[in-house]
Amino acid sequence: MTTVATLDTYRNERTYPFCPGCGHGSVLDTLDEALVTLGVPPEEVVIVSDIGCSGLSDQYFATSAFHGLHGRSITYATGIALARPELTVIVIMGDGGTGIGGAHLINAARRNVGITVLVLDNLNFGMTGGQHSTTTPAGAITSTTPLGNLEHPLDICATAGVNGAGYVWRGTSFDDGLAERMVEAIRHPGFALLDIWDLCTAYFVPANRMGKKGLARTIDELSLGTGVLYQREVAEYGAAYREAAAAMGKRQAPQPIPVEYESPLDGAHSVVVTGSAGAKVRSAARLFAEAGIRSGLWATLRGDYPVTVKTGHSVTEVVLSREETPPVAVTVPDVLLIASEDGLKKVGAMLQAMGPGSLVVTTPVFAGVGTRARMVVVDPGETRKTQTGLMLLAAGAAITGVVPMEALRAAAGGRFEEENLAAIEAGLAAAG
Amino acid sequence: MREFVDGATAIVRGALDAGCTFFGGYPITPASGILMQMMSELPKAGGIAVQGEDEIASIGMCIGATLAGARAMTATSGPGISLYSENIGLAVMGEVPLVIVDVQRLGPATGGATTVAQGDVQFVRWGTSGGYPIVALAPSTVAEAYRLTVDAFALAERFRCPVFVLTDKELVMSLTTVDAGAFTPPPVPDRVVAEDGEPYRYRPAAETFPLHEYGRGRTVRFTGSTHDERALITKHAPTIDALNRHLVAKIEEHREEIERVDLDADPGATTLIVGYGITGGAVRAAVTRARTSGSSLSGMVIHSLWPVPETALAKALVGVGRVIVPELNPGLYRREIERVAGDREIIGIERIDGDLITPEQILEAAR
Repeated sequence: MTTVATLDTYRNERTYPFCPGCGHGSVLDTLDEALVTLGVPPEEVVIVSDIGCSGLSDQYFATSAFHGLHGRSITYATGIALARPELTVIVIMGDGGTGIGGAHLINAARRNVGITVLVLDNLNFGMTGGQHSTTTPAGAITSTTPLGNLEHPLDICATAGVNGAGYVWRGTSFDDGLAERMVEAIRHPGFALLDIWDLCTAYFVPANRMGKKGLARTIDELSLGTGVLYQREVAEYGAAYREAAAAMGKRQAPQPIPVEYESPLDGAHSVVVTGSAGAKVRSAARLFAEAGIRSGLWATLRGDYPVTVKTGHSVTEVVLSREETPPVAVTVPDVLLIASEDGLKKVGAMLQAMGPGSLVVTTPVFAGVGTRARMVVVDPGETRKTQTGLMLLAAGAAITGVVPMEALRAAAGGRFEEENLAAIEAGLAAAG
Repeated sequence: MREFVDGATAIVRGALDAGCTFFGGYPITPASGILMQMMSELPKAGGIAVQGEDEIASIGMCIGATLAGARAMTATSGPGISLYSENIGLAVMGEVPLVIVDVQRLGPATGGATTVAQGDVQFVRWGTSGGYPIVALAPSTVAEAYRLTVDAFALAERFRCPVFVLTDKELVMSLTTVDAGAFTPPPVPDRVVAEDGEPYRYRPAAETFPLHEYGRGRTVRFTGSTHDERALITKHAPTIDALNRHLVAKIEEHREEIERVDLDADPGATTLIVGYGITGGAVRAAVTRARTSGSSLSGMVIHSLWPVPETALAKALVGVGRVIVPELNPGLYRREIERVAGDREIIGIERIDGDLITPEQILEAAR
C-alpha cells in the first residue's frame, strides 16, 4: 500500500558540496520545491545522475537514486521507466553529458519515454578543470580554448524539440517560475527537458566575467530562446508499446517435425549446394535437410556468404546422419550441387578434393568443370534461377536415394509450396 | 519429436523460459537474429524489447530495467562488446544481474562479420577496467545454447553480476536437429528482493546479498562509483577494501557452483583434447573417430570458461601426459590450460582463417 507523502522536503540532511556561488545548489533546491508540490512518495522518485558536478546531485535527496556513467543517465532512466512506468524518473545531467551522450538525448526525444531531463548547463566542465563543452559559447575562454572557443554551441532545446520531445524549456537558475516548469515537465507524459543555465564560479565565471545578467544576455545574443519552447501531445513510448504488445497475442508453440518416412542411410551423408546469394540456396538446403529429418535422420545446416544481401555467393552445407552430430566443417562432400558462377568460384578446392565416389550435379553451363567426381548434368528446363538449387538437390536426392521423394514433397509446404513442388518435380524428371 | 533450430532461436527460447522480461540490443551480424526474435517474441510474453540507438544505450537500458525489477539480456558481437565495456564495469560495480550474449565474429575491428572466430575468449574476461571476476558460459551445441542461457540467468541472479554467453556465428546461425525434449522449461524461482537494510553489503565477503529494486515501497540507491554500503561515494580505505574484496570473493569462492564441463574420459588415454564452443563439435567427433579406429583419446568440452574450471581440469588431467587445445584464435585460452597443466606437453591448434577446425586436424595433432 502506498501512503501519500506530506513531506516538507525531499532533501536529506547532507549539505551540498558545490563551490560558493555555484548555481547547482539553487537548482536542486528548486527541484525539491517541485517535488513537494507534486507530493509523490520519495521511494517512487528515482533521480538518475551521471558524471561531473551535476552527477553528485542524487546524493542530497531522500529519494531513490541511480548514479551511472558519464552521459548515459538517459539510457538508465529509459530502462527504469519502461520496466516500472509508475515511477517518477528524473535525470540530472550536465552540459558535458549532452556531448558524450548526445545520441541518447536525440533518440530519447524521438522515442518519448516518460522521463524528465534537467540539464544543469554551466557552459563548461567544472569538475575536471573548466574545459569547454558542447554549450560553451563561441569566443568564450576555457582551459581548453585559450584563444576563445572556435566551435558553435549546441542548441540542446532545438535538438530535442525538433526531434519530437513532448516538453522543452530553457532559462536560468535565477528564473522565477522554475519550480512550476519542473512540475509541468514531470507531469508531462512524454520526454521533457529543461535546459537550465547556471553559473560555474570556479571556472567559467572568472574566465569570462560572466554573471547573472551575462547568462541571460548570452542566451539572447545566441538567439536561443527562453521559456517553454516546445509543448505537444505525444504518445508515451512505454504506454504505446504495451498497447501494441497486447494486440500481438501470445507466443506460439514451436512446430516439431514429424518422422514419417525412412531413409536407407547408415552413417553420414554430406551435401553442399553452392550458388548466388538471394537465389534461395539456403532455403532449398533447409527444405532438403527437413526432408532428412522427416526420414528419421539428424541434420545440420551451415552457410557461408558475404555481408552483402542479394549479391555474391551463398554456400550451404547439409550433413545428414543416422546419429545425432554437431555441426562440423565439410571439406569433401559426398554430393556437390553447383547452381551458379558465384557458387562455382567458392568450391574450387572442394572440386579438386572430391574423388570418384562422390557426385557433382549441375546444369549444362558448368558441364565442363574439372573434377574426378562422378558428374551428372541436368537440364533445368523452365526452372527459375531462384529454384535451381532446389531442382539440383532433388535431382541429387533421386540419384543417391538418401531421402525418399515423398519426404522432399512433404517438406516443401508453406508459403512457396507450389513453386517448391515444381522445382522438386523438375529435378526428379531431369535425374531420370 | 524433433526440431530444426539455430543457436539464436535456442538462446531466445532459453532466455524467455528463464524469465527474461527485458531486452535491449542493436543490430550487428551475426547477433541480429537474437535481436529480431526478442523484438517479436518478448512482447508476446509480457516483456519489453527495445532496439537502442547504439550498443551503449542498449546495455544501459538493460541495467536500468533490472534495477526496476526486470530480468534483462542483451546480445551483440565483438565490436559491440567494445562499446559495452564501460557499462559491463558498471554492472560489476553496482552488482547488477545481467545476461550478455557475445556472438563472436572474426576480429579485430570490423573484421569478418559473417566469419566464425573465438577471438573474444579473453576479451570478455578482461573487457572492462579494474580486472574483477566475470562469469562466462560457452555452449557447443544448440541444445546447450538453450540450457546454458537458462543457467546464465540463474548465475546472474545468484551472484548479482553480468554473465556472458559466449558463442559464435556458426552456432548461432547454423541449424541443428534437436530432440524437442531438450527445450523443457526449467523451474524459475522468483528473484529474492531485499526488504530492508542498506542497498549494499560486503561482509562476509563471499556472500551475495539480495538485490534492492526500485518501486517496492522503499527508497533504493544505486551507484557505479566506489561506494559505502549506503551507495554513497567514499574514499574511506577500509570500506573500499571491503567492497572490492567482496566483488572478487563472491565469485571466486564459489567456483565449484559455476564449473560446467562435459568430460568424455577414456581411462586408458594419455592424450586429452580440450575445446569449447563451436570447436567442441570437432573435439567430440575426433574422440569418437579415434575410438572407432581402436586408439584411445579423452575429450573435454568446457561449458564454463570463466572462472576457469580448474577443479574439473585438474581431475581430467590425472594420468594425462599431453593436452591438445584447438581454438579459433591465436591460442588465447591455451594459456589457461597451461597454467593448470604443469609440466604436461601442450599442443595448440590455432585456426584464424575463418573456417572451422576439423576433426581430422585434431586427429592429426593427436597422432
